[in-house]
Amino acid sequence: MSVLADLMRDGRSVENHHPWPRTVVEEGEWLRARDLLSQSRCALLGLWGEAHAVHMAMLDEATNEIGVITIECQDGRFSSVGQVHPPAIRLERTIYDLFGLEPTGIPDSRAWLDHGRWGVRSPLGDQIANPTGGDAYFFLPAEGESLHQIAVGPVHAGIIEPGHFRFNVNGEAVVRLEERLGYAHKGIEGLMAGANLARGAMLASRTSGDSAVAYGLAFARAAEAALGIEVPRRAVWLRALMAELERLANHFGDIGAICNDASFALMLGQCGILREHVLRTANVCFGHRLMRDCVAPGGVTVDPGGGIARIRDLLVMLRGRFPQLIDLYDNTASLQDRTVGSGVLKPELAQQYACGGFVGRASGRAFDARRTPGYPPYDSLQFEVPVLDRGDVDARVWIRIREVEQSIALIEQIIGQLPAGETQIDFDPATANGPKEGMALVEGFRGDVLVWLRLNSSGRIERCHLRDPSWFQWPLLEAVIEGNIVADFPLCNKSFNCSYSGHDL
Amino acid sequence: MDVIVNLAPQAGQMLLVLLLAPLLTGFVRIVKARLLRRRGPPLLQPYRDLLRLLRKEAVLAENASWLFRCAPYLIFAGTWVAAALIPTFGTGLMFSWSADLIAITALLGSARFFLALAGMDVGTSFGGIGSSREVMIATFAEPAMIMIVFTLALIAGSTQLSTIAGFMLSGGVGLRVSLGLALVALTMVAIAENARIPIDNPATHLELTMVHEAMVLEYSGRHLAMIELSAMLKLLLYVSLIACVFTPWGLAPDGAGPIPHFIGIGAYFLKLAVAGTLLAIFETSIAKMRVFRVPEFLGAALMLGLLAALLRFMSRSF
Repeated sequence: MSVLADLMRDGRSVENHHPWPRTVVEEGEWLRARDLLSQSRCALLGLWGEAHAVHMAMLDEATNEIGVITIECQDGRFSSVGQVHPPAIRLERTIYDLFGLEPTGIPDSRAWLDHGRWGVRSPLGDQIANPTGGDAYFFLPAEGESLHQIAVGPVHAGIIEPGHFRFNVNGEAVVRLEERLGYAHKGIEGLMAGANLARGAMLASRTSGDSAVAYGLAFARAAEAALGIEVPRRAVWLRALMAELERLANHFGDIGAICNDASFALMLGQCGILREHVLRTANVCFGHRLMRDCVAPGGVTVDPGGGIARIRDLLVMLRGRFPQLIDLYDNTASLQDRTVGSGVLKPELAQQYACGGFVGRASGRAFDARRTPGYPPYDSLQFEVPVLDRGDVDARVWIRIREVEQSIALIEQIIGQLPAGETQIDFDPATANGPKEGMALVEGFRGDVLVWLRLNSSGRIERCHLRDPSWFQWPLLEAVIEGNIVADFPLCNKSFNCSYSGHDL
Repeated sequence: MDVIVNLAPQAGQMLLVLLLAPLLTGFVRIVKARLLRRRGPPLLQPYRDLLRLLRKEAVLAENASWLFRCAPYLIFAGTWVAAALIPTFGTGLMFSWSADLIAITALLGSARFFLALAGMDVGTSFGGIGSSREVMIATFAEPAMIMIVFTLALIAGSTQLSTIAGFMLSGGVGLRVSLGLALVALTMVAIAENARIPIDNPATHLELTMVHEAMVLEYSGRHLAMIELSAMLKLLLYVSLIACVFTPWGLAPDGAGPIPHFIGIGAYFLKLAVAGTLLAIFETSIAKMRVFRVPEFLGAALMLGLLAALLRFMSRSF
C-alpha cells in the first residue's frame, strides 16, 4: 500500500473526479500529507484555492500514483504547507492573494501576485474594495559590511517579460537574490470562471504564449477527463505532433539565446534559423506559427492533410544541420568556459521542489509527464528521457540538445504511424448528474503543466486552475545564483527560461 | 600662408578621423551581421543614429550634477584630440611634435576618468557597476599600454609617433620578437579598451553584464551622441595606432605633395577595412569571458609587454 493511497483512504472520496482520485480530508490528514511532502516521500504537484477550500495535488514518487486532497476552510484559514515544505510558500501566498484564505503559520506572509493595484483584494473570494495605488513591498534583508542592492526590472533593457530582481551584492558576488513577480497578472483564473469550454480553451492557449500547445492540450485533456470523452485517434496523434513541434521550436530558441547571453551570437543566428523553419512549417500545417487554438476539447481544430510532407522535409533539414551546431557548441572553448560549472542546481533542491523540465532533468530528477503518468500516444512511441546530474548551465543546454534529438525522432514516428480518420468529435458538455472535475498533467517544453477544472451541470467552467512548471523553477533560480557573480545571472536565468506570464496567470 | 599649408594636413586629419569613425563602426557591424547570416544595418546607419540623437532632447536625471552634463564633451574632446594626433595618412602633421604615445595614453585615461565619474554621478546601481568594472579593466590595461610604449620607445628611440612610424619604414627593423609581442599585447589592450567581445559586448541588452553601456545608460540626446561618437573615435584611434606603428606602409612623409597624401589615404582605408574585418571575425568566433577572467586576459597583455621590453633591454637584436 502506498503512502499516498493510504492517506487518501482516510478522507471522504469525491465522485466525478477524473482520472485521479480526490478526497476531502480533515486537519489531521492534511498535516500528515504535509509531512509526506517535507520527508520527500511525495512530490508537490500543485496547490490551489477555491472560495472555501484548498486543494493539493501530490505525486507518490515510489508508485507514481497521483491524488488530490482537499481541505475545507470554513473560517477562512488552513494550516500552511509552506511551514514545513518551502516549495508551497509562493502558492499559498497566491491563494491568500486571490481568495483571501489565510495559511496559518506560513513563514512569509507578504503578498505575492497582488501588488495592491487591482482595486480589489481577494478578487476570486470576498472581493473587498481596495482603492490604494500599490503596496509597499519589503524585500528580505541581507546584513553585512559593504553590501549594496541592485534593483533590476520590471522593465528591462531587452524585450522580455516583466519581473523584478533584487540583488544584494558584495561587489560582484551575489549574497542574495529575491524575485518579485506578478507584473504579468492577467486574471486568467477569474476569466475562466463562468466561461464555456471554447472560451476556456482560448484562455488556456494564451496563458503563456510559447506553450500554447501544452496549455491547450492540458486544458483539453482535463475537460475530456471530466466529461469522459474519448478523442479520435488521429486527433491524439496530431496533438503529440504539435507538442513536439512546439518543443523543438522553443528548445532551438533557448539554445541560441543561452549562447547569446554569453555573447556568442553565432549560435543565436543559426538556431534562430532552425526555429524559424519549425515555426513556418507549423504555420503551413496548422495555420498558426505557435499553433495557438489548434487543440480544443474533443480533438484538434486543424488537420494538416498534405502538410505532413513539409514536416518530413523539415526533419531532413534539421537532421543535416543540427549536429553541426552541437559540434560548434561543444568545441567553442570560450563558450564552454562560461556554461560549464556556472549556476549549479543541487539535485537535492531539484528533488525537494519536484521541479520538472530541463531544470529538473539536468539535476538528476528524471521526471517527464509523457512517461509518468504518461498519456497517449506516448505509450506507443519510443523515446528516451535524458537525465544529467551536474546541474549547471551546460547540463541544461545538453538536456535541451538531447530533447531536440528525441523530439525529431518522435515526430518521425508520429508521422509514420499517423492514423486516418476524424480529428474532432462533437459532444455536449452539459451533464445531468452534477458537477464534474478533471485534471491533466502534460509535458510542455518547460516541464509539466497541470490543469484542474470543474464543470457545472450546464457545461460551464466553475473553477479552473492552471499551474505552470515555472512555479517550482523560479525559487530555485534564487538558490542557483547565490555565491555566483552578478554578471553570470543573465546566463543562469536564460538557462532556466522560466515563464513570467504562465506564473503570474 | 605657410601656416595654412602646414595646417591643411592636420586639419584634414582631424576631420578625417571624425568623419571616418562612424563608418568603421558601421563596417564592423555589417561584417558581423553577415557572418551571423543577417543582413545587418546599412553602412551609414551610425551617422543616422548620431544625427537622430543630436536632434533629440537630452533627458537629465533630477540629481545629475554639472559633471554629468560636462563629461560627454570632455570625453569627446579628449578622444578626438588623441585620435587626431595619430598619423593616419601622413606623418607631416603640424602637431606631430605633440603626438607622443604617452600623451595619447594620458588623454584617453582622462576621458575614461570622466566617464567613470559620470557613470557614478546619478547614483544608479548600473552606473556604479559599470564604473567599477571599467576601472578594474583600466587598472590592468593601462600598465600594459605603458609597457608597450616602453618597448616601442626602446626600439625606435622615441615615443613620438611620427618618429616611430618613420623608423619602422626605414627598412632596418625587420622581424623582431619584441615587436611581435608588443603587437599582440597592443591588440589585447585595444580589444579591452574598446569594450569589444570577449571583454564587453557593445550590442548587449543585458544590464547586468554591461561595462561601457552600463556607465552611459542614463545618457540621452546630444550627450549620448557625444559619448557614442567618442567610442567610435576610440575604436578608430586604436586601429590607426596599430596601423601606424606596425604597418606604416603608404604613409606620406613629411613635406610630401598631394599625391603621396592621396596614396596615404587610400592605404589607410585599406588598413581600416582589413582591421575591421579581422575584428568582426574574431568577435564572432568567441564568447564573452567571465568578468573575473578579464584581469587574466589583460595580465597576459601586461606580461607580453613586459617581456617585450625586457627582451629588447637585454639584447638589441630581439
